[in-house]
Amino acid sequence: MPKIVAVTGNEAVAEALRQVNPDVCAAYPITPQTDIMQRFSSFAANGKVKTEMILVESEHSAMSACVGASAAGGRVITATSSQGLALMWEILWIASGDRLPIVMPLVNRALSAPINIHGDHSDGMGARDCGWIQLWSENAQEAYDNTIQAFRIAEHLDIRLPAMVCMDGFIISHSITRMEYLEDEKVKSFVGEFKTLNPLLDIEKPVSYGPLILTDYYMEYRKAHEHVMSKVPGVVKQVADEFEKMTGRKYGLFETYRLDDAEVGIVVLNSAAGTTKDVIDEYRAKGIKAGLLKPRLFRPFPYAEVGDALKHLKAVCVLDRADAFGGSFGPLFMDIASSLYIQDKKPLMFNRIYGLGGRDYMPDQAEHVLNELVETAKTGKVQSVKEYIGVRE
Amino acid sequence: MPERVEVRWHGRGGQGTVTAAKVFADACLSGGRYVQAFPEYGPERSGAPLKAYNRISDTELRMHCPVLHPGIVVVADSTLIDSIDVTEGAPENAVFIVNTAKDPFEMRKKLNASANQKVYTIDATRIAIDSFGRPLPNSPLVGTLAKITGIVSLETILEDVKKSFGKKFSQKIIDGNLDAARRGYEEVKEG
Repeated sequence: MPKIVAVTGNEAVAEALRQVNPDVCAAYPITPQTDIMQRFSSFAANGKVKTEMILVESEHSAMSACVGASAAGGRVITATSSQGLALMWEILWIASGDRLPIVMPLVNRALSAPINIHGDHSDGMGARDCGWIQLWSENAQEAYDNTIQAFRIAEHLDIRLPAMVCMDGFIISHSITRMEYLEDEKVKSFVGEFKTLNPLLDIEKPVSYGPLILTDYYMEYRKAHEHVMSKVPGVVKQVADEFEKMTGRKYGLFETYRLDDAEVGIVVLNSAAGTTKDVIDEYRAKGIKAGLLKPRLFRPFPYAEVGDALKHLKAVCVLDRADAFGGSFGPLFMDIASSLYIQDKKPLMFNRIYGLGGRDYMPDQAEHVLNELVETAKTGKVQSVKEYIGVRE
Repeated sequence: MPERVEVRWHGRGGQGTVTAAKVFADACLSGGRYVQAFPEYGPERSGAPLKAYNRISDTELRMHCPVLHPGIVVVADSTLIDSIDVTEGAPENAVFIVNTAKDPFEMRKKLNASANQKVYTIDATRIAIDSFGRPLPNSPLVGTLAKITGIVSLETILEDVKKSFGKKFSQKIIDGNLDAARRGYEEVKEG
């Protein structure tokens, strides 16, 4: 029987990592992630996992150790947030370029300066294009489920790419909610034995990682990466189907909520999607046909499928919990706009930036956006393409 | 029980208010309920005012934001009433539970509660000092909250207090907290 518990998001992810029991973990503490690795190191110290913990002096070293351990042939994890991810940046590309299936929970937090420990998506968005898979999670249950599925996706023999699992710092990582833990045995058999592929430690078959590739083959190497990325959505769906058979919980490339017959829609990542769903129900009760799309697989982004799911709407608002300075629009808006670009008929679109540095996303913000969507659909005019909401003037 | 109960806790850093919210959520899990417990994170200084929240519901909880209209407000430190409006956003039928030795009618006046709002008092700090020798009002308050909401039995609350304190504390402290929770349940007064 699955166990029903009241735990924080961090506790849930640490539990998933315990159940997976990886070979190696190298991590460095940073709020709000610290709690995951503090719990996981207790599991290691108390013999609940056989994982070898590597003490490091920074996140740059943590990811470097992960790269080494993964290339050597182990199942490898770490976890980070914010500045920690920023410090890993150089090595993130090495992990993905070397096709190393490292799994990393990312507890989303704002970037400095000014220093701020709370939840926003600037960190994950900054690592958007580094060749990693990104799964985003609304709540503790999704963070737990995505962590388990991330191993299967990353380690799939057609994929072999590192994956990060994102959840909102504090809002989810430090809030207690009801959720279900699977039995240890079920997680173990779902994830399966780790399959090594070209391990450095196989001295019978010596291999090189990270060789110099110049103008002769670098471009082909990059094209190969793009090609393998294109296979990720299929694997994500296949793993999700198996996961649903085991748990009854359905996952896809993204979640739609009351979207099929909707006239207006909100696109939003992570915890704000939950609050938005409750407000959508209120608007539906008033006869307003509103819906929601919440991306789950954010990298690679399933452009065609997302475009298909949104094209029938009259108006769409994309809510971004990060800004892309100088890029005019928030990062999620740019991807949604790209998804709809190829469609003949497309909705009117606008972008609202909310919740930076952990500013609460309250139901009245969703109401404000829905009212604006209804007005936009009625008049056929977008008032302003990009604005900050829930901000002092 | 109504379909959804929303609680706002007012306390000071170091009083165990956040733990109280956690214990209450855990105890409410029984019966297949959905629960949330979360504090408002600030610079966690001992003695600084803080807020924590609970949502308890028969249906899935999807809201991930502070409770704006708490049906129940628990004031773990009544000195906060002088500096913070603990009634903010509380609906017309809200229930206040205040940790104080003062008379509940006096507290009703101080809160300026309306006729349909209920005010309960419990001398939780005194009970805590009597039971385990420290002025930490969280266990008695969890007992009081169980009584007032009626959504969880005293037995379930006691089991949960035992579970959450059992990991860290001696049997003497656990027994003291169990006694404190029981007295919180029994000694609440209505004003």
